[in-house]
Amino acid sequence: MTDTLVSLDNLKVHFPIKSGLLFDRTVGHVYAVDGVSLSIARGQTYGLVGESGCGKSTLGRGLLRLVEPTAGGITFDGTDVRALSGERLRQFRRRMQMVFQDPMSSLDPRQSVESLLVEGLKAHGLQADASARLRSTLDSVGLPVSALNKYPHEFSGGQRQRIGIARALVLGPELIVADEPVSALDVSIQAQVVNLLDDLQESLGLTYLVIAHDLAVIRHISDTIGVMYLGALVEEAGADQLYDRPLHPYTRALLSAVPIPDPQVEDQRERMLLAGDLPSPANPPSGCRFRTRCPWSQERCASSRPELRVFDASGQRVACHYAEQILSGELRPHEVHAELVRPDSDSDVAGELIPTQPDLPTP
Amino acid sequence: MPLLDVRDLSVVFNRRGTKPVTAVDGVSFTVEPGQTVGLVGESGCGKSVTSLAIMGLLPRRGNKVTGEVRFDDTDLLKLRPQDLRDWRGRDIGMIFQDPLSSLNPVLPLGIQVAEVLERHQGRTRQAALREARGLLDAVGIPDPQRRLKDYPHQLSGGMRQRALIAIALACKPRLLIADEPTTALDVTIQAQILTLLKELVDDSGTALVMITHDLGVVAGLCDTVNVLYAGKVVERAYRHHLFAEPRHPYTDGLLQSVPRLDVDRGRRLHQIRGSVSDNIPWPEGCAFAPRCDRVIDDCIGSVVPLEPTFRGGALRCANPVPLEVPA
Repeated sequence: MTDTLVSLDNLKVHFPIKSGLLFDRTVGHVYAVDGVSLSIARGQTYGLVGESGCGKSTLGRGLLRLVEPTAGGITFDGTDVRALSGERLRQFRRRMQMVFQDPMSSLDPRQSVESLLVEGLKAHGLQADASARLRSTLDSVGLPVSALNKYPHEFSGGQRQRIGIARALVLGPELIVADEPVSALDVSIQAQVVNLLDDLQESLGLTYLVIAHDLAVIRHISDTIGVMYLGALVEEAGADQLYDRPLHPYTRALLSAVPIPDPQVEDQRERMLLAGDLPSPANPPSGCRFRTRCPWSQERCASSRPELRVFDASGQRVACHYAEQILSGELRPHEVHAELVRPDSDSDVAGELIPTQPDLPTP
Repeated sequence: MPLLDVRDLSVVFNRRGTKPVTAVDGVSFTVEPGQTVGLVGESGCGKSVTSLAIMGLLPRRGNKVTGEVRFDDTDLLKLRPQDLRDWRGRDIGMIFQDPLSSLNPVLPLGIQVAEVLERHQGRTRQAALREARGLLDAVGIPDPQRRLKDYPHQLSGGMRQRALIAIALACKPRLLIADEPTTALDVTIQAQILTLLKELVDDSGTALVMITHDLGVVAGLCDTVNVLYAGKVVERAYRHHLFAEPRHPYTDGLLQSVPRLDVDRGRRLHQIRGSVSDNIPWPEGCAFAPRCDRVIDDCIGSVVPLEPTFRGGALRCANPVPLEVPA
């Protein structure tokens, strides 16, 4: 049994949609995160992938209580995080820190690196040995001590991300939530930051929750991967297992959509193209959320929402009624019609549809 | 004869009070009719500026564009702005990265597609709108008749990009320039758009210049790939050669530093040290030399020319990665 550091129990984050001139009536909710249960083992990396709008960033923020969850439980090392409040919550935050996507907008341009890093130490009353801590932290992220007196604009993108990581590290956290830590960086710099995160985990025994849309990066750094679609986990498995045997139709589509930098592979690949766009999280489809784009969807998918269930002894979890039948090839894919999705309204979803070519590999 | 022949194209940003910046430094490449050519590089390598310079979309003030851009033996750089407007949209279409900022937010989609046909083919508004409906249908926008009256904000990112493709292809141009057309999109939508582009280009015989930072996109789409670094083409090769046996250390490093879905994950990623830097300590040598593991004296002392390779490509390197000799 591995030692669990964080576990989420049916976590929900709903945002109210307000309308009206005089009274803010709540006219609906955006179901950003709608019932996610997962656990992250100490010293491991949990990767969360999904496309924009699937709720992966909100999940990360909800876990740290940067946005207040609507329901569900968060347990961090035996402590019920949702029960904490005020000063106790503030002190608790030292143990879980966040690294943001865009280091330019998450670092105050008017603060020197020293002041950026000391701020956290002051907040937690740790300024006693500040200078030693700063030095060792900068050293561990590969920045020279001379960086302390510089300002964020004097650094390149990769170096700025290192400052962002240093700011999270300086408090000596146990968990780091990294939200798209490399997606703003160029390919050659990406590798540097990915390797740095790897090294830090090894030397400091950190636990990561890495949120990203890039499947190749996620696979490289994660031990366990969760795939999110429209506010819920649809599949969870060990990194290699997920890529070797994706069970959920959405995972299969995601994997087949990632371009591979090798012409020989690209020429021979059969692509599973999804029809249409992600439905609005304010008005998710009934039953299985993926059914509107799923080439294997059946009648049952519209009426009952599949639970995330353990598939077999490997521990792989999947939220699909028909995972077994799809895997065995018993269930054949059919044509899917693209539904038009309006980005900002939840009504007026056009009924008339276009047929798309079913271009699907046999399972 | 090539459809597009870019010769020694240079762009220098010349702003008062600052040092001149050479964004594009002697780029040459050709595009044959129906061919798909990739321009690949990281941010700041000059790939987008190259495309803007080809289309004459850089502001004239403060920018010095030199060289030749021959399209059908007409040098586009020598045309007056009002004459160039006849070529743009009719013979050369363009798709940009962010579809929301390339579409007019206060005009319905139908008008925006129709205006291209009105301008270049002299259609009436009515006829153009009828044709626009067919174009939207061809790029896979559901229910095109009703979408004609929609505004850009009412469409999702993928649908907007489809609309932009419809506009670019409205006059059946012979050349399409796509500048990071899928970067703002999710992977599953990216796959849709790339498949669509490929089909349209194959069906119509349009030549395509694909500008991207994503080596994966290039691998599946382009016939020939130009790798740019610091405003210069450092390597050009047919895609199978480029990916199988990259010769320039930069191309090689890039390919190795991308985690790949289809190979077992190793412990560490290969990394290229340092970052793209503006201040190269030598005036003439290779801009990649400070980050290069294969650097020799020749890299620093003198100009490293772009030389043709025996495989029909070109290489700008004094000490290239050796080819594996079959035993």
